[in-house]
Amino acid sequence: MTKQLKGIAASDGIATAKAYMLVQPDLSFKQSTIENADAEIQRLHSALEQSNSELKLIRDKAAESLGEEEAQVFDAHMMILADPEFTGAIENKIKDDAINAEAALKTVSDTFIATFEAMVDNPYMQERAADIRDVYTRVLAHLLGRALPNPALIDSEVIVVAHDLTPSDTAQLNKRYVKAFVTDIGGRTAHSAIMARSLEIPAVVGTQSITADVKEGQMLTVDGLTGDVTVEPTADQVAASKQEAADYAAQKAEWATLKTAKTVTADGKHFTIAANIGTPKDLDGVLANGAEAIGLYRSEFLYMDSAELPTEDDQFEAYKQVLETMSPKQVVVRTMDIGGDKHLPYLPLPEEQNPFLGYRAIRISLDRDDIFRTQLRALLRASAFGKLGIMFPMIATVPEFEAAKAIFLEEKAKLIADGVKVADDIELGMMMEIPAAAVLADQFAKHVDFFSIGTNDLIQYTMAADRGNEHVSYLYQPYNPSILRLVKHVIDSAHAEGKWAGMCGEAAGDPIMVPLLLGMGLDEYSMSATSVLKVRSLMKKLSTADMKALADKAITESVTNEDNQKLVAEYTK
Amino acid sequence: MEKREFNVIAETGIHARPATLLVQAASKFNADINLEYKGKSVNLKSIMGVMSLGVGQGADVTISAEGADEKEAIAAIEETMKKEGLSD
Repeated sequence: MTKQLKGIAASDGIATAKAYMLVQPDLSFKQSTIENADAEIQRLHSALEQSNSELKLIRDKAAESLGEEEAQVFDAHMMILADPEFTGAIENKIKDDAINAEAALKTVSDTFIATFEAMVDNPYMQERAADIRDVYTRVLAHLLGRALPNPALIDSEVIVVAHDLTPSDTAQLNKRYVKAFVTDIGGRTAHSAIMARSLEIPAVVGTQSITADVKEGQMLTVDGLTGDVTVEPTADQVAASKQEAADYAAQKAEWATLKTAKTVTADGKHFTIAANIGTPKDLDGVLANGAEAIGLYRSEFLYMDSAELPTEDDQFEAYKQVLETMSPKQVVVRTMDIGGDKHLPYLPLPEEQNPFLGYRAIRISLDRDDIFRTQLRALLRASAFGKLGIMFPMIATVPEFEAAKAIFLEEKAKLIADGVKVADDIELGMMMEIPAAAVLADQFAKHVDFFSIGTNDLIQYTMAADRGNEHVSYLYQPYNPSILRLVKHVIDSAHAEGKWAGMCGEAAGDPIMVPLLLGMGLDEYSMSATSVLKVRSLMKKLSTADMKALADKAITESVTNEDNQKLVAEYTK
Repeated sequence: MEKREFNVIAETGIHARPATLLVQAASKFNADINLEYKGKSVNLKSIMGVMSLGVGQGADVTISAEGADEKEAIAAIEETMKKEGLSD
């Protein structure tokens, strides 16, 4: 019977194979009185020997896949198996108490585990209790004649099914045989999900019930792009899934070649695809996906991940790391964007009726210029280590931008007077997210070095629709001609003054939006790192002349969001 | 019976890898080999016994062997202690 399950897509890719249940078997037993102690001891010894040869195999596989150091844990297991005090005590228990080997094994193991767990001042010894428990489980499984699954022992193509996967389980998955894995619990950020992505094994986690819904050896298809899992798929479903897997593999191969390539359209025009980051930790993803710049570094995470206002030095270190890593590529840092839905426990803000229309972002920075100056000084000091851009969020009027710029110039002059090295090519820009500013972009363009359009806020303010309110979520309309006209005006205004315009909302990586933005001449597209290659591949297929015609149509002829959705879909088909 | 006293100089004491190597060395011989520390004596062929003593840096321990190959056993253990930097 075909069964359909839905989980969380944790690692890209599609696979079909039979299920391998990485599930602890039932190891329950009853204590019983035995007649023949010698036979029982014989049974114990054969379980010990089987455990030992299994551990040898696992050890060698682990050494291959994880390295010698990680494999040493299994050496420790083998030494426990060979420990005369351990095996001797079990034998004595069998003889003296006339009990079965399972019960004797349990009593002796429990004593040792308790001894090591009691060493509370020695964490190393406490961890050894876990080794003894592992050995106990393995020997017990052999006594009971049950197979103990182990990822290292897999030697044919399978999909691993587990309640959850420990990091060491995941690390032992051999890519050659393990085509995917599916678990009951876990999320996209669970350790096993992260490892799956780095091993490039498709994974679906958090299905709730996969271990109950599938049996060893049943066929499964797993779609790590959508989170769909099919148990016992039909022949048609298998064929469809194989086709999808082949398409995906072809696409991935193309993306891999694009990683180090520039972003070029079908007619040879170059555009910049940048990535959005929150912390220096996100740099790995940026480098892995070949982004050409960082178009938005959300500095508020420095404030949100801290128990107090971050010091100038703390901020400097973070900015420096990002600038150095990306150099000579540009990094645009957005100054603190707190307020709205983002709060700091140590910086109480007044209760407001409409926090998104209230005291937030640059409005706080200009009011609390002590906080703002600290941030600008850290940025200025870091500017010596790469190519820095700074942008101010929530600018509504030209005087606001001018005030922020004046504070920046004051701090810059102070640092230079103190002999601190500061770059002289720092670009100063602003977020375009308030309709009033977008409408007046031609005036703003005379004051800034660049614009970066923040689509989520620009849409919610233009449509007067709270982006978090599901009753009005239909008004989130990025392709609405009203929004596109604002965007076009911002881009045209920048170009008229010889400045550049970017976009740093999710819309910048949206396959419907990208052709329109290209047609309007947007210079820089900043998105999640994982979208970079997808968009680079899309742009390769688009010609700017065609897209210009498309964008003109979208702006002058279309009436609704849906009109433009259809228009682009037909055009790029 | 062969007996020898050692002063443990290794920073981590008889721990982890050194403990494993000592047990492996002892296990090669037929003699009964014991490790004595603070009045407690354990089988030197037992990894869990050795580790459960929690021998730290600076500890004075006595290792004794009894059996046909006791001399060779003590010599081999002494060599391991020195080679692994457990004592000088």
